[in-house]
Amino acid sequence: MLDLTPEELTAIGLSLKVAFWAVAVSLPFGILTAYVLSRGRFPGIAILDALVYLPLTLPPVVTGFILLVLFGRRGPIGGFLAEHFGIVFAFRWTGAALAGAIMGFPLLVRAIRLSLDGIDRRLEAAAGTLGASPVWVFLTVTLPMVLPGVLAGVIMAFARAMGEFGATITFVSNIPGETQTLPTAIYTLTQVPGGDAAAFRLVGISVAISMGALIASEYLARRLGRRVE
Amino acid sequence: MSLSVAIEHRAGGFRLAASFTTKGRVTSLFGPSGSGKTTVIDVIAGLTRPLKGRVAIGDLVLLDTDKGICLPPWRRRIGYVFQEGRLFPHLSVRQNLLYGRFFAPKGEDLADFAAVVEMLGIGHLLKRRPRLLSGGEKQRVAIGRALLANPRLLLMDEPLSALDEARRQEILPFLARIRDEAKVPIVHVSHDLSEVIALADHLVVLDGGRVAAEGPLAAVMARPDVAALAHRQDAGAVIELTVARHDAAAGITLLEGAIGQVAAPLRPLPIGARCRIWLHARDVILAREAPVGLSARNILPVTVRGLVPHVDGSEDILLDCRGQALFARVTPAAVADLGLAPGQAIFAIIKSVALA
Repeated sequence: MLDLTPEELTAIGLSLKVAFWAVAVSLPFGILTAYVLSRGRFPGIAILDALVYLPLTLPPVVTGFILLVLFGRRGPIGGFLAEHFGIVFAFRWTGAALAGAIMGFPLLVRAIRLSLDGIDRRLEAAAGTLGASPVWVFLTVTLPMVLPGVLAGVIMAFARAMGEFGATITFVSNIPGETQTLPTAIYTLTQVPGGDAAAFRLVGISVAISMGALIASEYLARRLGRRVE
Repeated sequence: MSLSVAIEHRAGGFRLAASFTTKGRVTSLFGPSGSGKTTVIDVIAGLTRPLKGRVAIGDLVLLDTDKGICLPPWRRRIGYVFQEGRLFPHLSVRQNLLYGRFFAPKGEDLADFAAVVEMLGIGHLLKRRPRLLSGGEKQRVAIGRALLANPRLLLMDEPLSALDEARRQEILPFLARIRDEAKVPIVHVSHDLSEVIALADHLVVLDGGRVAAEGPLAAVMARPDVAALAHRQDAGAVIELTVARHDAAAGITLLEGAIGQVAAPLRPLPIGARCRIWLHARDVILAREAPVGLSARNILPVTVRGLVPHVDGSEDILLDCRGQALFARVTPAAVADLGLAPGQAIFAIIKSVALA
């Protein structure tokens, strides 16, 4: 069953790579954003809140189009990055990672924020009386205690980035070997005669990866949860 | 080393205006709930910033709102034992204990880990997680954690209130050991008189956000106004005594002090050991003449100093026994029968078992 063609293997590998980088790069920003949303007391926090969750409610095509406008070669951000840092998003796998990161970001922030809202802040005060500055309190008390939430957010964001379709195809198209991920590969296969069998194989692999991620996260969350009870 | 505190603060409808200075090894802040005790130590720790105030330990100014000085909590190095322990759930007991040490200035003489662990009797708990500890064990670990951070001062916010009576009796001796062995001054908050009397040498009585009385423990406790405040729960007097002699056959220990010699139930203390007794007002009987043929062993000549009406209608009689203040709680009928009035010489009768 698993005699995959090189193109299919490439699509799977690319999907994992795109999702990995999407989560790895967005994680520090996700933790920071969640912290600001959970603890921040300033006017305009409601707007930041809405902005973070926007990709969750916008049609993915709209997100993809906005990315194309902003991060395209001639876009205000894309042009700047390409000129000064040589980082190009348009029609590259990096663009697919960016699209996945943006789409997964609300899920990442939401899980971490719920965790932050739920922790006992009196423990942070206790750490302060023991000599820990706010940065140390965050690293040694806050972060370890929200680890189950961070993990849940990472898994959700990873799954979202793996399955991202609308924004990706709009932003970076569907180029085999460069931007063709599992979902876009499946989409392509369904558009050609006789592609059903291959599509089924990729669907099976998608299900396997998702199930694996969920089981792993459940297991880890339980172990971590027991530690911080 | 002295601690001086002056605070003016307002939170919601509550106003706090308190100031005191203490050189005591253990200073107790005593008062009913809502009197501002916890706010005072939160200000000392730096967890609450008052509208106006000054806090200094010796020459070191921690807070002076007039001069714009306010050290953050992590620079104050003041240990805080919270009511609920607040142990870090993701760390083992050992890691909890060592947490503050990581932030202590390098090259400083650190508190001896083994000695603190031994003193608190927590050696067998080091590998465990906090959630597996009993309430009393948690509180002992919390005390050890605060001590091991080498604090300049140790604050304790009702460290025993979350515990049942058996656990309280388990922890009290450890607190007394810290007072006697660790060279850290302690500020202790409590609304429980027996706890205050067991530990404090300096007492600050708070009532409605103001300092109602302040001074050495026995002197403050003898004041009628403080007595009236304390009497909301239980009137009584603090008596300092030393063990003079044991009589195992008779089942008594003879104790000596300003009041003379009194008989108490046998207690396992060496001769010469000091002990502090909380004599409840309701355990003292008054007589106009020295009675005979009584089972009570302690009959003390006393002078009536004053009468303090009690909320339930009874009267607390403030007595003087060779400089030691005592209280006796009697009904208005007894006051009339005995013709009690200040200056009168009478006898106080105390059962030995009341001196347990």
